[in-house]
Amino acid sequence: MTPLLSVQGITKRYGAHIGCADVSFDLYPGEVMGIVGESGSGKSTLLNCMAGHLPPDAGQVVFDTRTEGPKDTITMSEPERRMLGRTDWAFVHQHARDGLRMGVSAGGNVGERLMAVGERHYGDIRGKATDWLERVEIDAARVDDRPTTFSGGMQQRLQIARNLVTGPRLVFMDEPTGGLDVSVQARLLDLLRGLVRDMGLSAIIVTHDLAVVRLLADRLMVMKSGRVVEAGLTDQVLDDPQHAYSQLLVSSVLQV
Amino acid sequence: MTDQAYNFAYLDEQTKRMIRRAILKGLAIPGYQVPFASREMPMPYGWGTGGVQVSAAVLTPDDTFKVIDQGADDTTNAVSIRSFFERTAGVETTTATSEASVIQTRHRIPEEPLTEDQILVYQVPIPEPLRFLEPRESETRKMHSLEEYGLMHVKLYEDISRHGHIATSYAYPVKVEGRYVMDPSPIPKFDNPKLGDMAAIQLFGAGREQRIYALPPYTQVVSLDFEDHPFEASKADHPCGLCDATDSYLDEVIMDDQGGRMFVCSDTDYCEARRAAGHKGKDAA
Repeated sequence: MTPLLSVQGITKRYGAHIGCADVSFDLYPGEVMGIVGESGSGKSTLLNCMAGHLPPDAGQVVFDTRTEGPKDTITMSEPERRMLGRTDWAFVHQHARDGLRMGVSAGGNVGERLMAVGERHYGDIRGKATDWLERVEIDAARVDDRPTTFSGGMQQRLQIARNLVTGPRLVFMDEPTGGLDVSVQARLLDLLRGLVRDMGLSAIIVTHDLAVVRLLADRLMVMKSGRVVEAGLTDQVLDDPQHAYSQLLVSSVLQV
Repeated sequence: MTDQAYNFAYLDEQTKRMIRRAILKGLAIPGYQVPFASREMPMPYGWGTGGVQVSAAVLTPDDTFKVIDQGADDTTNAVSIRSFFERTAGVETTTATSEASVIQTRHRIPEEPLTEDQILVYQVPIPEPLRFLEPRESETRKMHSLEEYGLMHVKLYEDISRHGHIATSYAYPVKVEGRYVMDPSPIPKFDNPKLGDMAAIQLFGAGREQRIYALPPYTQVVSLDFEDHPFEASKADHPCGLCDATDSYLDEVIMDDQGGRMFVCSDTDYCEARRAAGHKGKDAA
């Protein structure tokens, strides 16, 4: 089986600082990969390099495109990469405000990606937008309200709807539950898990919350100081951490 | 300083050459916004500094010049720009659309069809149609170059969801020759169909924003819309109160405190010509 995404030797330096160094892994269709580590360990740098937001200093990010098969997204032309960014890829930001247009109604936010790929029928766009609002448990009656009137959890769910409306195959998530209170987090995780399973999505989730990866991720990478220190099946890594840092991370989780 | 101390049409020749180069580039790439080094003009930004610079660059001593502001020849903006070129260029001026060779306009296209011998110069406040949706200039330029215009439809979508129809009634975005999305300056959308396939050259100057763009004669210009909400050129549903015209764009004029109002042609030259030909509306004295 060809991997959906094959990352080889991604390195990003900020001057003398290391953002992330020599990260390689394969992601297969339908698989969810978790990346954990403390703040400053290079998780977000790695995610941004993979999603084409930051140019890495070295390495390859090979994506299995629909039409042309495996292709390096670092060297592909910018129009192609941006096209991927609004069709087969999705990016869920930590802060919903970064991923939404706050001055545009919920329906417009969800419809933007559809219109960006050439949809020109208002009724259809609106129909799909309301359908997606319901799928992320937002009342369809709020389709014309602006995201500024939504709660934090709703904004995050709206951002997810906006990203998934074009049926992407790979979703990048940067701390999708950060900044939400625990009950809202639980609902969001439940929703995400359902969507990932239903749509057969592959996802890469960056988080510092081990509970999130325990629920969502099939595989796990632990990062420290820009390097991957341990990788493996989620349950395996969390139940029997081998590296000293992973052990520290797992033992630092508060037990209630 | 005497009027003779100015070069012909106020601007120096080097500046005019620079503007003409921008105009030629704009004509070669219809709808593309060409940056140019806009000069300080003896009038405030927003009063047509871009249009004035373009007019100055294309005027020759043999030209006949007409200025309209919202269709009218006799409002402050039109009168002052007309007298500016009378003084600095000494060109003939007129109010008759058919007699003019260069027409500078703010917010209207004349009702009378223009010919191949004419140039229409628009004053543009904000040349970037994507500005209010995407404030970053670096990003909008990239969107133009990569032809990513989905965002323009988000604006129209918002209109329909809020008002039930496309409520944008002026500065209605258009697509030029299937490539660039362009702001036609704040003309009413009633005038949009006239942009396409026009015999005259159309030049757009934005002074503060330092951009020039252009439509060569007989260019394809399509107003953006949705399949189930097609573009519609709208106007007030009345005949002109003075000349009884039913096909011209109308201004609504409040007459008294009792709600009295009349609708008159915004194109004063068109209205006067019709009245001279014997047409008479219900409000004509």
